[in-house]
Amino acid sequence: MATLGRASLLLALGICLYGIGAALYGARTGQQGWLESGRRAVYALAGVLTLAFAILEAAFLRSDFSFDTVAAHSSLTTPLFYKAAAAWSSQEGSLLLWAWLLSLWSSLALFLTRRRLREVTPYATAVLLGFGGFFTALMVFYATPFATTSPAPANGAGLTPLLRHPSMMIHPPMLYSGYTLATIPLAFAVGALITGRLDAEWLGAIRRFALASWLFLGIGILLGARWSYAELGWGGYWGWDPVENASLMPWLTGTALLHSIQIQEKRGMLKVWNVSLVLATGTLAIMGTFLVRSGVLSSIHAFGASTLGVPFVILIAVLIATSVTLVLRRRHLLRSEHRLDSLLSREAVFVANNVVLVGLCFVIFWGTYFPLISEAATGTRASVGPPWFDQYTVPLALVLVLLSGIGPVVAWRRATVAHARRNFLVPTLAALVALALGAAGGALARPGALAMFCCAAFVLTAVGQEFWRGTRARMAMGQESGPAALVALVRRNRRRYGGYIVHVGIAVLFVGVAASSSFRHESELSLRPGQTTSVGPYHVRYVRPTAHLGQDPARTGAVLDIGATLDVTRHGRHVTTLNPTRGYYDSNDPTQGSVGHFIGGDPVSHVGLSAGPLRDFWSAIEPNLSTADLQRYVTLGNRTIPFVRPDEGLYVIALMARHYLQNPPPAQFHFLASPLVSWIWLGGLIVLGGGLIALWPAPAAVRRRVRAPVAAGLARGLGRPESA
Amino acid sequence: MSVWVVVVIALILAAVVAVLAAPVRARRPDRAPGRATGERDRAAGPAWAARADLEAARGAKYREIREAELDFRVGKLSEEDYRAIDATLRAEAVEILRRLDSER
Repeated sequence: MATLGRASLLLALGICLYGIGAALYGARTGQQGWLESGRRAVYALAGVLTLAFAILEAAFLRSDFSFDTVAAHSSLTTPLFYKAAAAWSSQEGSLLLWAWLLSLWSSLALFLTRRRLREVTPYATAVLLGFGGFFTALMVFYATPFATTSPAPANGAGLTPLLRHPSMMIHPPMLYSGYTLATIPLAFAVGALITGRLDAEWLGAIRRFALASWLFLGIGILLGARWSYAELGWGGYWGWDPVENASLMPWLTGTALLHSIQIQEKRGMLKVWNVSLVLATGTLAIMGTFLVRSGVLSSIHAFGASTLGVPFVILIAVLIATSVTLVLRRRHLLRSEHRLDSLLSREAVFVANNVVLVGLCFVIFWGTYFPLISEAATGTRASVGPPWFDQYTVPLALVLVLLSGIGPVVAWRRATVAHARRNFLVPTLAALVALALGAAGGALARPGALAMFCCAAFVLTAVGQEFWRGTRARMAMGQESGPAALVALVRRNRRRYGGYIVHVGIAVLFVGVAASSSFRHESELSLRPGQTTSVGPYHVRYVRPTAHLGQDPARTGAVLDIGATLDVTRHGRHVTTLNPTRGYYDSNDPTQGSVGHFIGGDPVSHVGLSAGPLRDFWSAIEPNLSTADLQRYVTLGNRTIPFVRPDEGLYVIALMARHYLQNPPPAQFHFLASPLVSWIWLGGLIVLGGGLIALWPAPAAVRRRVRAPVAAGLARGLGRPESA
Repeated sequence: MSVWVVVVIALILAAVVAVLAAPVRARRPDRAPGRATGERDRAAGPAWAARADLEAARGAKYREIREAELDFRVGKLSEEDYRAIDATLRAEAVEILRRLDSER
């Protein structure tokens, strides 16, 4: 099977090279046959890479350790659920996942545009196949997923325990879908710039892909945050880790694009800006992959240090140079057709929002790449931490949330002061109420959080007012009931009201971030069974230690899971019982001994969490297994039990666990009582729902009904029959 | 390398070649004698693209007219502003329709 996999990759590379040639030759000569052949090359690439990916997945599911990557990232004891995900935990597998998703999304894009953008598509095809060829070449020449060893080892090293979390099953495919989808607008932008077809059509064609990329990146970012909160044992959901930042940057520029694209569609303005945002988002997506896969930045995510850095740097340099050259060459075709009519207009708010979003992206870019730049310049790696990011991103985030409330209540083109005053009245009052409530609740000590609550109240009221007025207008026009009018309003204006729902989600999410980061209570200390501590208004009692052998509650394949039962009370009343544990995994490393290897892998925290709509109580434990009493079991076991008797080795681990339960040493605990963390996940779900509404195409019948009155009115003006 | 792997690889290769070569080998039934397909497509290209652009612009203008109406109905625009904006948008739409007519 490995031979078939290698052959598939070679064939994929050949298809890419052929497809690039066919598409460019077809574009040059205008011969339809070559253009079609170039397009088919993308479909063929998808087919061949699907085969390659299926071979790799099958190898992981069958635990075929003759594949080097399977032996390095899976094992017989890895649960089946995680064996499937282990394929993309490896360097090689993730490159294959990237190329495979690229081929699938590219096929979809080219299929949907097969009768449109006839001049642009061949160049877009060549660019997409160029990306496909790049990643396939990396797998053929640098990091093949189909390298084999004979004879195959009896067992593998196992999946990194940190990755054994449900979020990690979905996080990489979501992020990579976002990255690969971001290259589609880039490819079409390059095609539009080369051909000079920079009018409305190409922009309309890429909008959905830009939105889908934004949506997938958002889901990936949120899943990553959830994983960090539930798995990493530090209690946070965002640490300004370079790899987190790498996915956030294209999301920010993608958000800016989704707003500014509307200005070009409606007013023919910001053409240079929009095409630059498309190119920047695609390039940032490639740079995100570079950060994770090149091993250039040391981070918890950059598991695989590799030799892929130089090819990626060359690709990024080519992308930047080509983008700048093309935009400069076509700047005469990218002149704005209009100017802003008024500073009190939605266009003006969108421009402001774009400035803030790109400003945020720049800050994060600088904070992420500064360590690299400083190391290159001085030889010493300087790093910037969360406080540095917070001082710039917090004020920008406040402005951004406020703008997301102002935008919906301001009309396109121009709004009169009287109408603006009327539209702003209720949201402003809501913000003032939030200010008063916050001040009364003691939030004045945290002005940043209080400001965010006020901005969020403004947004929620502004959007609520929009839904209310829109529904009322529809009810006044027809005989619809309130709910029917609301549904019809959203169905007929999916982009507008889907976008408003996204704004609600963002406001809810930021309320969660502000509250949980500003008003949390934290405690780190050592406790013995029976001892109690206070965490804000909560009292926590370490009731008893726990130990599970071979059956950890989180089903992650831990050999030994040591934890604690905690009783949490508030004002004497029981709140919850928590069971944080720490999983110890088999390292499969014989140098650690016949007993030691069973618990020699990287230990991972499984947090004890009680989540609620208003507060989370979070706990993590770090048991002390290094006491002389406990280590004696390992030392003696290693000395007396042969490797060929793993059952006896496990028996020693069981004895050790029993000793721990009978004579528990003090354990280190980390407690957090954080308000409104659930609002972050809820806000993310609302954003997802709004994004799907905006993305989902309206049925053709609805589109015809919506356009018919306008078309008929215009046709009467022209004195001819017209159909929508 | 086992025989069946070689056979499978050969079959995949043959299928890919067939899929890619088919459009290049295919002869168009409406191909005019003495005139290359490419020349005809190239000649038709700019007109086709211009028309597609105008149709996209028409769709965007329709949406803009409807959005202005919605802005007016939900109280974001005064009647005076709405009338002026609507008239401008409709004039721009009519211009696009005229250009589309001339492209036919």
